[in-house]
Amino acid sequence: MSFFDYPNVRVARRTMLLRSGAVLSGAAVALLAGRDVLAATAGDAAAGDIRILNTALGAEYEAIAAYQVGAESGLLQKPVLDLAVTFQGHHKEHADVLSKTVHKLGGSPVTAKTKYDFPVATLKTQADVLNFAATLEKGAVSAYLGAVPLFANRDLAKAGASILGDEAMHWAILRQALGMPPVPVAFMS
Amino acid sequence: MSINIAALAACMLFAAGARTDALAAPAGNATRGAEIYTRCEACHALEYSRTGPKHCGVIGRKSGSVPGFDYSPAMKRARLTWDETTLDRFLADPLKLVPGTTMTYSGIPDPQERADLIAYLRDAGKSPACR
Repeated sequence: MSFFDYPNVRVARRTMLLRSGAVLSGAAVALLAGRDVLAATAGDAAAGDIRILNTALGAEYEAIAAYQVGAESGLLQKPVLDLAVTFQGHHKEHADVLSKTVHKLGGSPVTAKTKYDFPVATLKTQADVLNFAATLEKGAVSAYLGAVPLFANRDLAKAGASILGDEAMHWAILRQALGMPPVPVAFMS
Repeated sequence: MSINIAALAACMLFAAGARTDALAAPAGNATRGAEIYTRCEACHALEYSRTGPKHCGVIGRKSGSVPGFDYSPAMKRARLTWDETTLDRFLADPLKLVPGTTMTYSGIPDPQERADLIAYLRDAGKSPACR
């Protein structure tokens, strides 16, 4: 059943959020397993993993803010608006888990900025907003793809790959909403 | 004929003691580089800083020097000037050139892709978006 097949968008959003929570719990288990599991990464390796997680966390906060700009722009029509809010919810879940994991590793999670620069002057239509979101999501796929091999802790790499998969789904659905081939290539880079 | 000229040029450079990596550096294509740049856009933009610093003016800029951007201590200490050579080395493996950088990205292994991306950054720096 797709997002667009539910009787109303509220039911669709609630159902999808619940489902996404269930899916993400797999990654969360790995990340939130506890200090003993994460303690397998120590010293410089842990410091490196904390840097990776914090960079990802900073980008997740920016994505949350970007979707907020889109949601408040008045340019998104239902059900696309609800889809954007759903995706923003995913990024909030990513950020929450990343932040808690940095803390568990003994690091200091970065915090969201008070202000972000976005190309708001160029956002004049729903398609502009969707294109902007798709650009960020594609970049996020590449960013996680570039980060996953760097983790010293393989559980963290697995969790990063789980988030990568979520970002890829966002990108594909945004492209579909724009009338573009949702999955244009067999491999991402 | 062009192959012979290239071979001759290569021999002359070897004879002059030129570095082989200079010969190996491919010419960049900015159009292809624009597509490669989409990989950077979770964190970077041309005109403004985001999770990473802005890229307008990156060619010729000192590392860690965009005003107001919160660089890692490692990048602040790096003392690099971003040109084709340093960017190529950084993009190939950011953490190898600047250990401790917050650009936690494994890099772009393909020299041609790096050259294309650098060509795009060079051209974009002259574009209206960066003026």
